[in-house]
Amino acid sequence: MTKQAANWSPYDNNGGSCVAIAGIDYCVIAADTRMSTGYSILTREYSKICKLADKSLMASSGFQADVKALQKFLAARHLIYQHQHNKQMSCPAMAQLLSNTLYYKRFFPYYSFNVLGGLDTEGKGCVYTYDAVGSYERVGYGCQGSGSTLIMPFLDNQLKSPSPLLLPAQDAVTPLSEAEAVDLVKTCFASATERDIYTGDKLEIVVLNADGIRREYMELRKD
Amino acid sequence: MKLDLSGLESTVPHFGTSDGLSHGFPTAPSFDLPITGDFDGFQKEAIQMVKPAKGTTTLAFIFKEGVMVAADSRASMGGYISSQSVKKIIEINPHMLGTMAGGAADCQFWHRNLGIKCRLHELANKRRISVTGASKLLANILYSYRGMGLSVGTMIAGWDETGPGLYYVDSEGGRLKGTRFSVGSGSPYAYGVLDSGYRFDMSVEEAAELARRAIYHATFRDGASGGVASVYHVGPTGWTKMSGDDVGELHYKYYPVTPSTVEQEMGEVSGA
Repeated sequence: MTKQAANWSPYDNNGGSCVAIAGIDYCVIAADTRMSTGYSILTREYSKICKLADKSLMASSGFQADVKALQKFLAARHLIYQHQHNKQMSCPAMAQLLSNTLYYKRFFPYYSFNVLGGLDTEGKGCVYTYDAVGSYERVGYGCQGSGSTLIMPFLDNQLKSPSPLLLPAQDAVTPLSEAEAVDLVKTCFASATERDIYTGDKLEIVVLNADGIRREYMELRKD
Repeated sequence: MKLDLSGLESTVPHFGTSDGLSHGFPTAPSFDLPITGDFDGFQKEAIQMVKPAKGTTTLAFIFKEGVMVAADSRASMGGYISSQSVKKIIEINPHMLGTMAGGAADCQFWHRNLGIKCRLHELANKRRISVTGASKLLANILYSYRGMGLSVGTMIAGWDETGPGLYYVDSEGGRLKGTRFSVGSGSPYAYGVLDSGYRFDMSVEEAAELARRAIYHATFRDGASGGVASVYHVGPTGWTKMSGDDVGELHYKYYPVTPSTVEQEMGEVSGA
């Protein structure tokens, strides 16, 4: 008999798409609520968006079990931070904490693709995108997940902001109003749902501004 | 004087106890490892799933006035461009720069780690760390993880008490001192331009233009490189960013559009 090793595969891909757009004084974070495995839909209403602090929200696709573990870890770290500093963590600080947290699992990664959206210390909208092992970058708009290859070119076309690396520097903030950004996000997902089997059912949009957090939902195709 | 030997420790980001939650800020968990007999096999599969394989062009060279460092800004996962605005030149401190080629997270994390170590050296010894020392700290860390699948190809450039310094460090444990390096998939193209145009006694402006031109030509021939060509200069007072140009627009600088005969005829007709 040939020697056989147990086939240990701890990962699954639950699909889903996440988008975040930063504005001058707001941030829009959106994700669909479908969760699948292979061709099966597990649930049509699973929220992929998690509030990490007053001014930071994380949307994650990939393997939702890893995502849940990650969210719990960050919540615990944030609780400690609040006890030690008596304040909420800022979005840029949370961004680096997430990066380090992901990298500490460099050899056994969280299979999660995240976008972090929020308001920075000046009240400006900010979006950070990540890879699964923690490299991150601040951007004007970001997109992750199974529909990202369909949505990202569309966002580039509609929003193409000047690169932050350019010298002389140009302001990279998205020139849209809050209502326009929400409409754009809805269009993105309506289109992605047409061509991505892992995106659909319902769209959850979270808008963060100086007044606080507002949630909106839009129905998507359920086939 | 204290000798900093932390670069020789094997588990580097292990600052306190391994319980990351109970001791707060300075505590960080050490690296989690998968519980499997086949670590290599697991790594091979896991990395394929999550890591953006990166094509890159980065270069750095020493000349009369200091060190010139330049890089493109593209990140790709297979054929998909995942970003056109990556900061591949990492600002370690006001006198030292690192470049990024290989795994984005590996480079970013270990350069951040190096920045911490350099600052601690500064506080312990009341003077800035040398480029030689900093590059060795990084090389020792990377060597301690050799065979674990890290992917880093970096150049550490800076100005210290001995003048300009430039080292190439990679995740296989290599560490080379030199005056001219290029790293990444676009490096053959960049070397071509760099070697043919390099002189030690260039002015800062000439050197910046050579670096920019080398990056541009690499992005032109290498599909995995592109975006913005960033150029930094490190002098005795620290680094400054010289330029950041979209290579799509640089193209018209190196290959100006000459009006074709048909367009000229059209112009005459409309002018008449």
